[in-house]
Amino acid sequence: MTLTDAPPAPPSPPAPVVRRIPSRRRLVPYLLLLPGILWLLVFFALPLLYQASTSVQTGSLEEGYEVTWHFATYWEALAEYWPQFLRSLLYAGTATALCLLLGYPLAYLIAFKAGRWRNLLLVLVIAPFFTSFLIRTLAWKTILADAGPVVDLLNALHVLDVTSWLGLTSGERVLATPLAVVTGLTYNFLPFMILPLYTSLERIDPRLHEAAGDLYASPATVFRKVTFPLSMPGVVSGTLLTFIPASGDYVNAELLGSTDTRMIGNVIQSQFLRVLDYPTAAALSFILMAAVLVSVTVYIRRAGTEDLV
Amino acid sequence: MRWLKRNLVVLAGLLTLGYLIVPNIVVLVFSFNKPAGRFNYSWQEFSTDAWTDPCGVADMCGSLALSLQIALWATIGATVLGAMIAFALVRYRFRARGTINSLIFLPMAMPEVVMAASLLTLFLNLGVQLGFWTILIAHTMFCLSFVVVAVKARVMSMDPRLEEAARDLYAGPFQTFWRVTLPIAAPGIAAGAMLAFALSFDDFIITNFNSGSTVTFPMFVWGSAQRGTPVQINVIGTAMFVIAVLVVVAGQAISNRRQKSALPK
Repeated sequence: MTLTDAPPAPPSPPAPVVRRIPSRRRLVPYLLLLPGILWLLVFFALPLLYQASTSVQTGSLEEGYEVTWHFATYWEALAEYWPQFLRSLLYAGTATALCLLLGYPLAYLIAFKAGRWRNLLLVLVIAPFFTSFLIRTLAWKTILADAGPVVDLLNALHVLDVTSWLGLTSGERVLATPLAVVTGLTYNFLPFMILPLYTSLERIDPRLHEAAGDLYASPATVFRKVTFPLSMPGVVSGTLLTFIPASGDYVNAELLGSTDTRMIGNVIQSQFLRVLDYPTAAALSFILMAAVLVSVTVYIRRAGTEDLV
Repeated sequence: MRWLKRNLVVLAGLLTLGYLIVPNIVVLVFSFNKPAGRFNYSWQEFSTDAWTDPCGVADMCGSLALSLQIALWATIGATVLGAMIAFALVRYRFRARGTINSLIFLPMAMPEVVMAASLLTLFLNLGVQLGFWTILIAHTMFCLSFVVVAVKARVMSMDPRLEEAARDLYAGPFQTFWRVTLPIAAPGIAAGAMLAFALSFDDFIITNFNSGSTVTFPMFVWGSAQRGTPVQINVIGTAMFVIAVLVVVAGQAISNRRQKSALPK
């Protein structure tokens, strides 16, 4: 980014603040951008380069690491940890689908049926954020406790028999099973789904519903042909805001799961902070980043909305 | 049956709301518990011990103060830097706009653990001592993008003619900015700052990687999940909830009153 060869700025409708000093005027945007962009370059972009270099280093903690272009680390990491990768994508995908399924009715309710309760309901959706998410995740340990009311009820209804058969739970427990981890993930990221859904639903003109009804569309058809397509921007950004953090999360798997439910985030965390195998950890982190970026790009292309930013 | 069919959406929505709220109720109820062992997971008997002695646990209130301090500084840093970027993006034309946009978007589109891990490799490679400053740097970095988005939305919806009018009335650039632009952009800046504060205060993953042996409040809760959860954690959780709800309600009341007094009489 060079400051001198900026093109002569065409007069844009919102005229710049510094108008009388045209020579300085060109510099203003760059001066405004400089500190923040520098911060992001040094503490966001540069670290990614360092991570890339770390991932192709070999050595040991005692003797130090050196860049040896040892790309085999990537294959070894994938070969050893592909189950955790697969599990992360599976859990995050399931949690995202559940968030959409659970969040849509609530967003719809707030947007179209709440009337004067709308603001109260919105506050109630955001309110859980105000208590540290770790404390709230620990509360699920109480809710899903062995022989607690929830587990007893699920047992009495034979739900746990079904989930056991599906491999989601084991025996008469919910804690320390995949079901508990997915429950926690869904719970933690649900508001990130509801808010964008609500924003895009709220923009829909209710007269469109009436018009569709006047043209003899049943309520189900109205939803399928009018409401849902118009809420697509919300669906896309909601699923992204849920899936991306869920895929890298290790808090839920650690607090509510067991060693059989470890996700890739758990592996990266323990490699970096306990095992201190930095090259493997950096490689895993890079693979996760690539997987997420690729799946997000493909998803946005398929969903057909590119103007998310 | 017909009633059920008509109100299915309402019922499903309220069930979801329950799913969101129940853990908060559990946190509240268990702040009055007197646990038998080290862990506060099952109900024993009613007690107000924790409420009368919120700082009775070693190191907890210290970690809380540290979290508030970091959140405050990170909010100030991210809000100033982010608001400047937002103004530049909306009001000026310049080169490399696309690159700058993606540099702002990417931190929000990346799993937190990737950012946390890469930042740690930077600090390790440069031999930076982990602690207060590395946490502050990391928090400012990931809060920045959210502030840009919040402020940008507000500045974009601003009528540029207001500033032109100010200049036509012989206001200098500084005066125009201070008395017209800034007051109009203030709600966006405030929203961005509040978001940054909340994100920083409650951040765990990035802090976990870059804190060294420094313990913020989320780090304390994480540690306690292994060592034993004191009831005081629930007291803090509930108190934070109540304070935040009061702030939101007060903010709503103020903006309602302003809107009313702004109406022509």
